[in-house]
Amino acid sequence: MSLDATDRLILNHLQDGFPIGPSPYLKVAQDLGLSEDELLSRLQQMKEARVITRFGPFFDAEAMGGAFCLCAMAVPDGEFETVLTKVNARPEVAHNYERSHRLNMWFVLATESEHEIEAVAKSLERETGQRVLCFPKLREFFIGFRVAA
Amino acid sequence: MTIDATDRRIIAATQGGLPLVPEPYAQIAEDLGIEEAALCTRLRAMQDRGVIRRIAVAPNHYALGMTANGMSVWDVDDARIAELGAKVGALEYVSHSYERPRALPDWPYNLFAMIHGSSREEVEEKRAQIAALLGDACRGRDILYSTRILKKTGLRLRSKEG
Repeated sequence: MSLDATDRLILNHLQDGFPIGPSPYLKVAQDLGLSEDELLSRLQQMKEARVITRFGPFFDAEAMGGAFCLCAMAVPDGEFETVLTKVNARPEVAHNYERSHRLNMWFVLATESEHEIEAVAKSLERETGQRVLCFPKLREFFIGFRVAA
Repeated sequence: MTIDATDRRIIAATQGGLPLVPEPYAQIAEDLGIEEAALCTRLRAMQDRGVIRRIAVAPNHYALGMTANGMSVWDVDDARIAELGAKVGALEYVSHSYERPRALPDWPYNLFAMIHGSSREEVEEKRAQIAALLGDACRGRDILYSTRILKKTGLRLRSKEG
């Protein structure tokens, strides 16, 4: 779908937040000078056209319980697919990306607790014969991200 | 930071998104068998505690032309990473930014920042801006582009309530 100025206004505005309470769409619509119906139907269209990936609360996965860790491996070319099969077979592996670096496989481990992260990483090392480097988050800095629509 | 069984039910009911109806909270509350006001009080409390980062739209980067991204990594002076990391994280084109431990000698970088742009050239341009911002506090840098998505599953709350 092609977006017009009103769609872009809505996307930019709703990246900053959404009210909690009765008639939240009406409040947003009034802020933007739209009717509630128009706001809802435009949101519906953008959702159906997949311009909007998601609209709702974004939860801090760690605050909900559970542990997460970014890990990386330097997998030799000839072994990549074999190692990949073993890594991806683990349900604890949430995302996995091939990246342009000597450390060419980057994945996120998601487990119930911190000590399981280490256990899964160690067991992956045994299974694949490759070192697993763990990069746990020490501090997080993101606050400003916006996609200008 | 703890959440109780009712919070978990609220998370499960809203992690797919808010309904596009005039009274979305009333609808969710009804599904959960609680009052709308009680639901809103809990949502506000979770937002205050950081369990909910924000309630917002996540636009599809690709649909908006943001088709390029790179994981930029930096070796930043430990004494200045708190101050400089906050500046990098506040940039509009940086989506995720973290301090992580180095893994010497393989990996000298302690600051990670995901940069988004409409092209790889734009990502590189923004990377140069970050380099300028870090100045002589930065001793080394690199950028990793993803060449293939190998696995992608949503991070979903496992149902613990029984």
